[in-house]
Amino acid sequence: MASILAVDDSASMRQMVAFTLKGAGHQVIEASDGVEALQYARRQGVNLVITDVNMPNMDGISLIKALRSLPSYKFTPLLMLTTESSPEKKQQGKAAGATGWIVKPFNPEQLLNTINKVLG
Amino acid sequence: MPVQNEHRQATAESLTAGSRNEYLTFSLGDEDYGVDILRVREIRGWEAVTRIPNSPLYVKGVLNLRGTIVPVFDLRLRIGMPMRAYTKGTVVVVLRIVGSDGDRNIGIVVDDVSDVLSMDMAGIQRVPDFGSRLNTEFIFGMVSAGKKMIMILDVDRLAPDHGNGGSSCVRPGRNVNEEIS
Amino acid sequence: MTIDISQFHQVFFEESFEGLEIMESGLLNMDPGEVDAEEINAIFRAAHSIKGGSATFGFNDIAAFTHIMETLLDEMRDGRRQVTDKALEVLLRSVDVLREMLTASNGSGGLDEGLVKGQLQELEAVLNDRSDEPASGSDSDAGAVSTAREVIGWHLVFRPLPRMMQTGNDPLRILRELASLGDMEVEGDISLLPVFAQFDPEECYLSWNIHLKAGVDRLQIDEVFDWVEDECDLAVIPLYADARELIAAGEPAKDIIADLPSTMTVAEEPNRPDRRKNSDRRKADRRVEQRRASAAPASSSIRVDITKIDALINMVGELVITQSMLSMLSGNFHMGQVDRLRDGLAQLERHTREMQESVMQIRMLPISFTFSRFPRLVHDLSTQMGKKIELRMSGENTEVDKTVIEKIGDPLVHLVRNSLDHGIEMPDQRVAAGKPETGVVELNAFHNGGSIVIEIRDDGKGLDSDRIRRKAIEKGLIEESAKMSDQQLHELIFQPGFSTADKVNDLSGRGVGMDVVRRNINELGGNIEIESESGRGSAIIIRLPLTLAILDGQIISVGDEIYIVPLISIIESLQVRPDGINLVAGRGEVFKLRDEYLPVVRLHEVFGIEGNRAQDLKDGLLVVVEGDGRRCGILVDDLIGQQQVVIKSLEANYGRVEGVSGATILGDGSVALILDIPGIMRLTNQLPELQLVKRTA
Repeated sequence: MASILAVDDSASMRQMVAFTLKGAGHQVIEASDGVEALQYARRQGVNLVITDVNMPNMDGISLIKALRSLPSYKFTPLLMLTTESSPEKKQQGKAAGATGWIVKPFNPEQLLNTINKVLG
Repeated sequence: MPVQNEHRQATAESLTAGSRNEYLTFSLGDEDYGVDILRVREIRGWEAVTRIPNSPLYVKGVLNLRGTIVPVFDLRLRIGMPMRAYTKGTVVVVLRIVGSDGDRNIGIVVDDVSDVLSMDMAGIQRVPDFGSRLNTEFIFGMVSAGKKMIMILDVDRLAPDHGNGGSSCVRPGRNVNEEIS
Repeated sequence: MTIDISQFHQVFFEESFEGLEIMESGLLNMDPGEVDAEEINAIFRAAHSIKGGSATFGFNDIAAFTHIMETLLDEMRDGRRQVTDKALEVLLRSVDVLREMLTASNGSGGLDEGLVKGQLQELEAVLNDRSDEPASGSDSDAGAVSTAREVIGWHLVFRPLPRMMQTGNDPLRILRELASLGDMEVEGDISLLPVFAQFDPEECYLSWNIHLKAGVDRLQIDEVFDWVEDECDLAVIPLYADARELIAAGEPAKDIIADLPSTMTVAEEPNRPDRRKNSDRRKADRRVEQRRASAAPASSSIRVDITKIDALINMVGELVITQSMLSMLSGNFHMGQVDRLRDGLAQLERHTREMQESVMQIRMLPISFTFSRFPRLVHDLSTQMGKKIELRMSGENTEVDKTVIEKIGDPLVHLVRNSLDHGIEMPDQRVAAGKPETGVVELNAFHNGGSIVIEIRDDGKGLDSDRIRRKAIEKGLIEESAKMSDQQLHELIFQPGFSTADKVNDLSGRGVGMDVVRRNINELGGNIEIESESGRGSAIIIRLPLTLAILDGQIISVGDEIYIVPLISIIESLQVRPDGINLVAGRGEVFKLRDEYLPVVRLHEVFGIEGNRAQDLKDGLLVVVEGDGRRCGILVDDLIGQQQVVIKSLEANYGRVEGVSGATILGDGSVALILDIPGIMRLTNQLPELQLVKRTA
């Protein structure tokens, strides 16, 4: 069981991610934008962060950059949810320190497969 | 109303199936009536209810059934029998009724609750034509149990049409007129 | 593990509709001249979310449609595309079409496929309306099939860059994934390990030679390395069947890889498919259930600010503490603890009240949910009418009950349409009247005492009292000789069947009159008033209760009956002296309150109550109330007290009762009816007048 921070401004996506991961026995913390996520992440460590890219207040790329600069998140897997239409987002994400991405649209099974790989 | 017809049909089908249903029976004077026990939500002694202004005579008022407001109808008046003073034995039976727009709860005031009887559905007969002597609109059928003849109520017909509480048939000021004349 | 994702559909639809609102208001605010980056970003984000969600939840046509909108917006956002009026119009219409698509997918309404197709074409026309972009070479991988020799395995050289682990990627994970593709032999290379003193535990010095004995698709290998493409040197060399002897000999293909450059390298392989194919395959793999949202029971849900829930949870916590304190107290109670018991009960009462308030807060939503449609409406209608109109809104964050949000929309639309149509004049008329060319319609919301006030103000021509008077006479609403103030005349527009529009037009004349608007407002427990000054403009003022579930009530008694009068409608209560009463021929009793003569309503007569104590006016009290802009004095036996009551429906199990808006349950468990003041006034008008006069004579 891992603790996973799920960040998305879209409640339906966030709920789907959370529901899927909880179903697999993980502990899930939800945040609706980068600021909220960063606040939580500073207080408490997590094993994995899954974040949307386009969000108000603080987008996913900035969140990844901010998290990666925190000592306790140096090696934490940080995944971004992105669409196939935005290869440049992947590049920006990588440059900011993202571990990888999950391409939208995805279904719960694909999400779990990816998570399981990352968490080993 | 189509839904009620369907309901009647459905009941008629279960009739032929020869199944047994349980009925709560009660009395109105010398007559015995029954309602499907599955429709009975609660039986409680008569207590004063809150009057609804300008409502038909048979509407006694409303009571509080665990937080919801339920109308109470005097069954005698509703089916065209003469009124009788309420006694200690007077009982309110709260029923679930099924209408075209969903379930509703109503209470009916009856003289006394007798028993729960299990009756063979196949034994239920259509109501004979009483001509104008009795309002049979609310009677679904009759069945004999021992010496008694029990009239099964079509409970879904007891409530006035949804939407106006039945008050449209009574003009305001009626009571004033009565008082003065 | 299978998860039914249709359970998230409802949330998806809700947020998508909200997204549409954001897009719509954003597009309306956008001025082609100066593009606000944050504004366009917000619109883009909304489109992006709808696209992502609809693709995930299996609404593929919505995803495809939104994708084009998103592409357009993305280009505008990056400055690659000019923001033009034309593009904005097309996007706005696309928002409408998208709304219909979402509504149809949500199972409430059919979809005009032709409309969608037409709008798609329009969008694409805008998208392709540019010459400097070369056509995309989507057919580059066409025909690139099956010329390859049979691949029986792969040789990989995987050399992570030192920083790879600092992106959270673990080379071991990649090796594990590769191993899942088939048998493999791995040879570690530690030649790059530095001397111990220079060893940095956060960097990766290892590299691997991997021999994968499986003829898997190249794409599967690419996928494994997808995330680390830029963080490693990688060589992927296919092993062909006709080179079998090489493998059999067990000899690593050293000579092939010997001269790999140290930067990232992907061995060129014939027919390497385009990346796009990769995603196509992913799409094909998806087995998203297409179950319609309509299969789920139609539930109405509410999105609640998390702080409201937190407040509630705190409250419950306090309640539990108080409760346990009280039960400890009752365990071995003696009279010396009476004070503590009393304190505890007072605390319990306070917490219960606070909790009630918190729960009610959950139903409260900002009125912007309703207001947000007006910029579009005003934009469209003013263009259509050839008028210049500016819409000013204030108090969008004022919170009102969810039911109000749901029910106030249509009446407000009607009122705003009225202002645009009948209030604001054509530009030339305005100029001739010495006013600015552009008319102003204001939409304000604010709290005032225990109610919410919504105002619709315009600086148009105001109501024409003379015309209303003529019309009212014509319709038989008033006598020719009737003397009426302007205010009284204005009130007539709320009468059923009254419409001042000389000819019914598309905008205001939809068969809905102001009487219907008033009835809708009354049903919400509110009232509506009009203020108008000829030539200067009109204001419609709507007052609504803060919440619909709870009401501040005055308990009154008549005979044995108890009723609740909403405090919001009470002006004052008073005792009248017999000489303060006048009889108006054929009109019953009136009493004088300051400058005004008000009719007396004897509740026992209206409701047919017997045994009332106050047969004579002097024995009772008059509760002066206002409803529908009219006032009267209701004669009651007694005022009992004021109390907040929870409104219960009479209609759920019974039906509508004229003069009664609902019921409540009093402290003793009995039911009391809540009076509907406008309804009682209507009932009073139906009372046989003769009887009234006879009684009071």
